[in-house]
Amino acid sequence: MAIAKRGVPATPSPTFEYAPAPEATDHVRIASKYDLFVGGRFVRAHSRRRFATVNPATEETLSEVAEADEVDVDRAVTAAADAFRSWSALPAARRARYVFRISRLIQERARELAVVETLDGGKPIKESRDVDVPLAAAHFFYYAGWADKLEWAFPNRRPRPLGVAGQVIPWNFPLLMLAWKVAPALAAGNTVVLKPAETTPLTAMLFADVCQQAELPPGVVNIVTGAGETGALVVGHPAVRKVAFTGSTEVGKLIQRQLAGTGKRLTLELGGKAANVVFDDAPLDQAVEGIVNGIYFNQGHVCCAGSRLLVQESIAGPLLEKLKRRLTTLRVGDPLDKNTDVGAINSRQQLDRIEALVRSGVDEGAELYQPECALPERGWWFRPTLFTNVAQSSRIAREEIFGPVLSVLTFRTPDEAVEKANNTPYGLSAGVWTEKGSRILWMAERMRAGVVWANTYNRFDPTSPFGGYKESGFGREGGLHGLAPYVELA
Amino acid sequence: MAVSVSLAHLGSLMRGVRSVDQVGVEERVAALSKRSIKKQSKLWALDLAIRCMDLTTLEGADTPGKVAALCAKGLRPSPGDDAIPPVAAICIYPSMVPAAVAHVRGTGVRVASVATAFPSGQSFTDVKVAETREAVAAGADEIDMVIDRGAFLAGDHEKVYEEIGTVKEACGAAHLKVILETGELGTYDSVRRASVLAMAAGADFIKTSTGKIQPAATLPVSLVMMEAIRDFHRETGRAVGFKPAGGIRTAKQAIAYLVLLWETLGQDWMTPERFRLGASSLLNDVLMQVEKERSGAYQSEDYFTKD
Repeated sequence: MAIAKRGVPATPSPTFEYAPAPEATDHVRIASKYDLFVGGRFVRAHSRRRFATVNPATEETLSEVAEADEVDVDRAVTAAADAFRSWSALPAARRARYVFRISRLIQERARELAVVETLDGGKPIKESRDVDVPLAAAHFFYYAGWADKLEWAFPNRRPRPLGVAGQVIPWNFPLLMLAWKVAPALAAGNTVVLKPAETTPLTAMLFADVCQQAELPPGVVNIVTGAGETGALVVGHPAVRKVAFTGSTEVGKLIQRQLAGTGKRLTLELGGKAANVVFDDAPLDQAVEGIVNGIYFNQGHVCCAGSRLLVQESIAGPLLEKLKRRLTTLRVGDPLDKNTDVGAINSRQQLDRIEALVRSGVDEGAELYQPECALPERGWWFRPTLFTNVAQSSRIAREEIFGPVLSVLTFRTPDEAVEKANNTPYGLSAGVWTEKGSRILWMAERMRAGVVWANTYNRFDPTSPFGGYKESGFGREGGLHGLAPYVELA
Repeated sequence: MAVSVSLAHLGSLMRGVRSVDQVGVEERVAALSKRSIKKQSKLWALDLAIRCMDLTTLEGADTPGKVAALCAKGLRPSPGDDAIPPVAAICIYPSMVPAAVAHVRGTGVRVASVATAFPSGQSFTDVKVAETREAVAAGADEIDMVIDRGAFLAGDHEKVYEEIGTVKEACGAAHLKVILETGELGTYDSVRRASVLAMAAGADFIKTSTGKIQPAATLPVSLVMMEAIRDFHRETGRAVGFKPAGGIRTAKQAIAYLVLLWETLGQDWMTPERFRLGASSLLNDVLMQVEKERSGAYQSEDYFTKD
């Protein structure tokens, strides 16, 4: 019955199979090599060493990136310190103009940035296109607005910039995390040395190009690529006055130790093991969407992912049935395809870690559910996974997996929900699903999490502060709160 | 057959209907609207859209001549092109049923008649039942009834329920589609409640709108109804069909409904037995898109018959 091309026999397909719809990549130029961005120019690394950055969906090398050593980091920090004198003295409205310009350039180059983000990191193009890049532009736009209004942000406190900020960011939202860090720093009059993650440096390299295009004064933004050692050099450099880190709790602790007694300012945004709490009166179909968005968004590579589903026992049956059915409709595969819901795992190393934790879940007696879905032969992939019969004491209920793996636990009363939700060393985010407004407020008051979403999940906005409790870190990014760590108040 | 719900249990049935979160529904629809349907999958969807179409004319000015032209279009949407299937049904006012039956009898294309004081439903139950009987007697294969929104909004679920049941009885072997007129119900919660009420009362299909009220069919309302159908099927084992109608004019819109259907109810609903698109001016745009996919270029509208 299917409509065929004239003269071509009909090839009826029994089901609605979406034809491949890949995003075009011909407008994107990725250089074969990238140098360090220091003092407004791309410069060869002193180390002479390079490392490859790989497309996790194909395992092909995209480019070779310089690895900054101690001399390189020192050059970058010196450039930033030199630039600080003139940048901080610039009239605030002029500083705002530069930050606005960066925002506009990100918008203009949105398609290019989205494609490179997806190639380098493995996330679905629909996410880099609709979430990462627009939000990154929005952050610059938002903080540009504050640049000449700092006196109103901190009334009667005479806010002054700190100096050079050393910033180390993760691989899960490369450009967005860059924006969270760089935008408030620049708006407040600081200069920056940024170290992107070693598996996803490419959008930072494009951002360096954006800075040149915006004619940002040399040295205001410096980007040094490398692995953990480079990050430690940035953080440890004596001329750095403020350190901002987003990444694992393990590394966060190392940094805090390293900085103890130095007088450097520090904000940390670390891991999480968020509870997504569904009460029996919740709108179930929308809760299912929220759960899916909470844990399978960006392959679960999200520090605030709703990785523990706490569901009221009385509706656990129907909810899980709906959730399992929904998982069968998730489209896993080519991140560049516009219809892909779940992309590639960011690195071999991360895939190994996910696989090990999932094995431990099975060994500890939890029940594993994965939908049938074909995975590409090359690249790093992991099926959306759901565990039921999970004990509060299981590793998969306690440790951050940072992958598309959901642990389901049940509760009977609101008190028990709060107790279980808080029973974790982390405290970054949480979700509550209920029709009852008073219960949302009651829960939000008691859950020790920096962000509590009600009847939604993973919603971000530049005006809203984000950050954690306990081992999820301290300090806030976004909103007025996000400016505070970048100013000295009299 | 109607799932028997005693009136005593109707209240608890209605109270047990799950709430709907407006923001969540609209977000989900926005996400699914971004699906990119290309090439073979687009042709597949366009073919299904034609096979599921209730080609409709519901005007005071309808005449046997107009209905005859519509039937001819529905039977052979693209004369001389065998690859284009006929539509599912011709949808008309009761007085036009004999004219339609005369043209489509024996072709597989069905005759659907609106009834029950369409579009407002503001008449006496006896009159609605009599209208239904006459339409069926005249040869209608399907009846598209409207619910009594006045009674529903006044909280008289019992009246709505009983009326649907009575009309269903009057339908005999004819299929019953129940129009909720979602544009008058105000909230997604009401849409969901009305869906459950209609399905429990015996609807074979639930349908969004008459097309006479704005807003008519929307994607979020359709998602809410599809979710109600899915739960009803899971709980009772009975599969109820879905028909969006009103305001669906372009192939792109039709494909958006099919994507929603595919990702919500799945393969079992991708058939005219369980899905219909009510539309008066959609068909030619679908045909133009088919031609465009085949030839790579848009053709002048003068190559498509206007009936």
